[in-house]
Amino acid sequence: MAEEEKIKRQVVLSHKDAFKISLRSIRIRFGRSVIVTASICLGVAFLTSVLTSNSISNNLLQRGPEEIRVILQTIEEGSRSRQIWLVTLSLLVCVVGITNSMLMSVTERCKEIGTMKCLGALNRFVIELFILESALQGVIGSFVGAFIGMTGIVILFLLRYGGVVIHFLPLLSLLKYSFFAVLLGIVISILGAVYPAYLSSRMEPAEAIRREV
Amino acid sequence: MPKEMVVRVMDLRKNYFLGKIRLEVLKGIELEILRGEYISIMGPSGSGKTTLFNMIGGLDKPTEGKVYIDEVDVAQLDAYELAWLRCRKIGYIFQTFNLIPVMTALENVTLPMIFAGVGHDESVEKGIEILKTVGLGDRIQHKPFELSGGQQQRVAVARAFANAPAIILADEPTGNLDLKTGKEIINLLKEMNKEQGVSVITATHDLKMLDVSDRVVWIRDGIIERIEERADLKLKVGEVEGEEAG
Repeated sequence: MAEEEKIKRQVVLSHKDAFKISLRSIRIRFGRSVIVTASICLGVAFLTSVLTSNSISNNLLQRGPEEIRVILQTIEEGSRSRQIWLVTLSLLVCVVGITNSMLMSVTERCKEIGTMKCLGALNRFVIELFILESALQGVIGSFVGAFIGMTGIVILFLLRYGGVVIHFLPLLSLLKYSFFAVLLGIVISILGAVYPAYLSSRMEPAEAIRREV
Repeated sequence: MPKEMVVRVMDLRKNYFLGKIRLEVLKGIELEILRGEYISIMGPSGSGKTTLFNMIGGLDKPTEGKVYIDEVDVAQLDAYELAWLRCRKIGYIFQTFNLIPVMTALENVTLPMIFAGVGHDESVEKGIEILKTVGLGDRIQHKPFELSGGQQQRVAVARAFANAPAIILADEPTGNLDLKTGKEIINLLKEMNKEQGVSVITATHDLKMLDVSDRVVWIRDGIIERIEERADLKLKVGEVEGEEAG
């Protein structure tokens, strides 16, 4: 009897349903989603390109042909710390961009959130929907960005130093770095959505429905 | 058989703050609503109808006083229990329909069932059935913007009834509809009220609603002016509508 009562009292939103709803929200606001995804994509591409470029340069410096080593040694000095600053800044801009876009989304969907709460949605559901939506954009943007960043740099090296570079690609560390960049991209997109999601979940349904945007 | 009480409102007060000015919207409302009753809360705009509606629906917290739904004090419920109450016990209908724009009619109706933990196939089946009942059997895959106002409100009615609630709360359900469609929605609500025995509480200033109500609660400036039984009303309806026409 107690068990039955417990089942009766359930208020649920399965991950599958949440995923479907988030995906639909992205599709319906496709234009804005593309912009957010592109910004994550660019940030991650930049990060991957710096990591890849450093990794290939290091490998060439250690094992590469003499003439390439000489060229690399002349440009290596001092450029690394500047790169780190640039990457950090670009990723920060990314977070701000995502937060801004998700905040817009929250204001726009005030009524929708209120309605969902009237239908029995818990705060948790609303948070889950927003985080999922952002994470989905993050996953797509990060994978595309990592791919673009890495292939871009590899092509650049090939053009600059010739086909010989292909024998000095540190494949394992490249894979590791792109994995790290993708992970960071996803984390950033989730981070950007945390505050808007929290804000949206805290609205009283009556107030959310009344608010005109 | 003694009638069961489904909603009890005791000395309900609500204040809002507009900057530093305190606004008393509800000034001590006492109301009891029986199971299966069709109640209209009438009053001019600004009289506190919607505020009362929000309090009864557990959508807003009273400043003072108590709201009991099925003998449970709403103020004592935690977030989870409140969500459960909104999901299973109460169905809401709004003036502005408030359908989720990205979802089809069917998905809008099945959403509360998803929250209630009903399986996918079962909820779809039941959703189609309810949409047929409200006369939208051929529109289940349409998005809200592809439907007329009256049709959207029918979807909202179907959604409100999805989890077989004990109470339907309708805030100006006919406010955005023309005369004929409004009448249709009122009749639909009355039909469901009779068939399923749910209590229907509408906040409205639509006089068409008087015809189907068991009781009418008139509020003005945050207090109940008078409560009229249907029997007393019959005589007056013609009179009031006559005034309107004149």
